[in-house]
Amino acid sequence: MASAEQIRAEPGLTAGAAGQPARRRRKRRTNSATWGIVGWVVGILFFFPVLWMVVTSFKTESQAYTNTPSIVFSPTLSQYRTVFSSGLWPYVANSAFATIVSTLLVLLLATPCAFALSLRPVKKTRDVLFFFISTKMLPVVAAIIPIYIAARDLHLLDNIFTLVILYTAMNLPIAVWMMRSFFLEVPGELLEAAQMDGAPLRRTMTEVILPVVAPGIAATALICCIFSWNEFFFAVNITATQAATVPVFLVGFISSEGLYFAQLAAAATVATLPVVLAGWVAQRQLVRGLSFGAIK
Amino acid sequence: MTAIAPTVTSAQPARARPDRRRQGWARRGPLLPALVFTIIVTQLPFVVTLWYSLRSWSLVRPGSQHFVGLTNYADVFKDSQFRQTAINTVIMTGGTVLIAMVIGVALALVLDRKFLGRGVVRTLLITPFLVMPVGAALLWKTTMLDPTFGIVNFVLRPFGIGHFDWISRFPLESVMIEMIWQWTPFMMLLVLAGLQSQPKDILEAASCDGARPLQIFRELTLPHLRRYIELGVVLGAIYVVNDFDAVYMMTQGGPGISSANLPYYIYQRAFLGFQVGQAAAMGVVVVVATIIVATFALRLIFKTFSGTEQAA
Repeated sequence: MASAEQIRAEPGLTAGAAGQPARRRRKRRTNSATWGIVGWVVGILFFFPVLWMVVTSFKTESQAYTNTPSIVFSPTLSQYRTVFSSGLWPYVANSAFATIVSTLLVLLLATPCAFALSLRPVKKTRDVLFFFISTKMLPVVAAIIPIYIAARDLHLLDNIFTLVILYTAMNLPIAVWMMRSFFLEVPGELLEAAQMDGAPLRRTMTEVILPVVAPGIAATALICCIFSWNEFFFAVNITATQAATVPVFLVGFISSEGLYFAQLAAAATVATLPVVLAGWVAQRQLVRGLSFGAIK
Repeated sequence: MTAIAPTVTSAQPARARPDRRRQGWARRGPLLPALVFTIIVTQLPFVVTLWYSLRSWSLVRPGSQHFVGLTNYADVFKDSQFRQTAINTVIMTGGTVLIAMVIGVALALVLDRKFLGRGVVRTLLITPFLVMPVGAALLWKTTMLDPTFGIVNFVLRPFGIGHFDWISRFPLESVMIEMIWQWTPFMMLLVLAGLQSQPKDILEAASCDGARPLQIFRELTLPHLRRYIELGVVLGAIYVVNDFDAVYMMTQGGPGISSANLPYYIYQRAFLGFQVGQAAAMGVVVVVATIIVATFALRLIFKTFSGTEQAA
């Protein structure tokens, strides 16, 4: 870090540079190039494992198992064909169902809740917010035993609706905090004006508040989808064959004797793709969601 | 509101009180479904865990259940494996979060400059965080760290490292590398948001006054980033301390318990050892420890949030 800062510390840049604007500009340009190279190198370095996964997924197994990684090869789709014909679809369907239904439930519960913690706050707003975030801190492993036993006794093991309920509970605190931060952005004058006009609460909701928080609802939904799609701990403990999700499908590659790199890479690519694409598209909202709405 | 209330109640004592109560419930109403749902699904199990922890109960022997008082807790504190996995958890969480934060700050400083394709680099950098943790762990175990076919050993071959088996020789560190890879983007995003919220005029004024960039970083940027760094550490730790996926997929806690963390160890006790009572007691101990740590963390988070809300 020190050296990086010193590059910029060249005297021409900081003190008395008024005399040499041209030199200054040139310096700035070379600086920008240096930072560009540094940026691209670390970017590619961090991305490399993902890139390598995608590359490997287009290889045959014998091409994947080489001492010196083969870069030039004729790509094949056979791994993807194997993955899809080995029964991936039911897992994808389960994942999609659990993700979508739990996200809808979260929005249904979190939106009014966030409203009652922001625009028309209840007295103990602070305590309620405290409570919601504290549930994220408690280790899930301490809850899994009673959840497992309750599900077993209610004949809800290996049932996709059990996962839906657990994912809803898992994402609800994040959604409440995040939605609240969007509600707080609704301009007060707008609400007052609506109240002065004597608009009923429902109309204020749909015509004044909703348009402002709509992007927030979308961002919240996205964060919930990411966490539900990637969730593994509940899925592996509560499901078996009927309700198993995509992460559980991937486990099959580790427990079976002998790993198939290329096939595994293809399966991991398929499993990862939806969330990576969604995250790329919604980069801006990602920070806000990950920080529970604290950072805009 | 409180100022008007007494006059209203004195004028119409019979009607005003239920009215106010109704208004209170109208305010509370929208909140309740979410609150009740969360209490039932997340709090009730902990109460039940508390109950289980006082009983001896093996899942494979029906009817073996009976009350044993605090015996399970005594066993937990005598259990050297529990202690070892607790230490592993602290190392894993602390190490991962701190290293990810240091790299995250460095990357954020790079991304804060303007350069060609900055948006693309940013996109590349956040990708590890989006990769399904189970998939990421499998990738690191196979294509990256495999002793014979992994990329890491290929890159290190010129340095004389041959078929080094990273995962069995350094299991804890291998898991941590995978987690650092996944969590660095998270830290970077938070710190980057902090850097971009820093008022530029102050920085320019400082550099006009002849302050050296390193000085500016230490005296202005770092104090400004402090809140973001704290938030990143707390939120990152919440997730990393509960990490199960990476341990399960990469090492299964092994060899022995050398890379097991508490979530994995408790899972093992409950679902592979079928010792419900003991696993529950461990769960309770972990919850108590978490509550102690979380009390401090929560206070910190609230300070951060009220800070940003005032600023907004």
